[in-house]
Amino acid sequence: MNLFVVICLCIGFLFLLGGTVGIIRMPDFYTRLHPAGKLDTLGLFAMVSGLAVYNLHHFSFGALLLSVKMMLIVFFVFHSIPTATHAIVDAGMRAGLSPLTRKKPSQLQGTGEK
Amino acid sequence: MAQSPPNICDSVQSEEHKKKFSFVSFFLTFILMFFTWVVLSGNFSTLLISLGVISSLLVAWFFHDLLFPDVTSRYPGLFFGFIAYIPWLIWEIVKANFHLMFLIFHPRMKELIDPHITVFQTNLTSDLSITILANSITLTPGTITVTATADGLFSVHAIDRRSADDLPGTMLSKVADIYGEK
Amino acid sequence: MNTFFLCISLGLCFLMFVSFYRCLMGPTILDRLIGVNAIGTKTVVLLLLIGFLYERVDMFVDIALAYGFLNFVAVIAASRYFHKRKGLYEGSFKETKEIS
Repeated sequence: MNLFVVICLCIGFLFLLGGTVGIIRMPDFYTRLHPAGKLDTLGLFAMVSGLAVYNLHHFSFGALLLSVKMMLIVFFVFHSIPTATHAIVDAGMRAGLSPLTRKKPSQLQGTGEK
Repeated sequence: MAQSPPNICDSVQSEEHKKKFSFVSFFLTFILMFFTWVVLSGNFSTLLISLGVISSLLVAWFFHDLLFPDVTSRYPGLFFGFIAYIPWLIWEIVKANFHLMFLIFHPRMKELIDPHITVFQTNLTSDLSITILANSITLTPGTITVTATADGLFSVHAIDRRSADDLPGTMLSKVADIYGEK
Repeated sequence: MNTFFLCISLGLCFLMFVSFYRCLMGPTILDRLIGVNAIGTKTVVLLLLIGFLYERVDMFVDIALAYGFLNFVAVIAASRYFHKRKGLYEGSFKETKEIS
């Protein structure tokens, strides 16, 4: 039981670490949004679900309610982080930040409409 | 590319929907609000439960047309379809997250990534399915929805070719299957 | 188990400082916003861990939930506010046009 919690927390921490390193290393604004928005979501999902399982160690009705509340946090974050990411990218688009692209004509073939 | 996105709240609450009162949506909103109240308070004394009933009734009365605008007979199937969609989505998120982790920790990352913007047209019409597809695309790493119009025109910022290539594909067909729009 | 939670919390604090670099040094305002959002996400987990350390999870869960809501509202409001600032970043984004 404890092993499961430790593994969950470590995986979540690894994802959050990846997100942070991605924010630092990525070359421009739009690519920075990718690690910020998504690795954080999965890292938070893993860590909070691990904590919710650990909370059920001494089982009671109150502990069950607390775990449900933690999963409510996860549910809410799964809705809010894509929305926040979309709001930021929309603000960037309207402010006129042009995304960084690789200028090679041979690779730009597949960009058309699908 | 910088066209203005649609305001989703406006299109949900058109004038015709505001007038009629549907008991089913009122009841569903009440159940949802009361469940949230119970989970958040965690206290079962008579005073708090009655306060919760009163406030849930008020919220359900004012906002019954916001969450479930028009309840039809296919709502249960839609609900279970969405429940069945979630595990597939989480598995997809996990798979693609590892790909993004590989990109981030790669020492020559700047040669591997290839950011660009893809535009594609879908045949989704309802607001809910477009929202779900847009959020799913954003959650699947490597792609971020930039704009999504009410006609189903999506423009997506992708971080490399591999994640952009399988874009409309299975995710669109799954979402369309849930809502029966194909 | 408490020691392990403490280690994870310290690691999260370290990650928050690393994200704070992006807040301070971000070339554009929206980069700083990304940094703030990342710090907020980590704070939710950190608050839960603090709750487990102090054995008052029932209280800290509410604080974490409210913090998550506030973080979301703050990011939405700030990005809506910067919609109107056309040309604010003129000098800053031209240098990042091509992959170096």
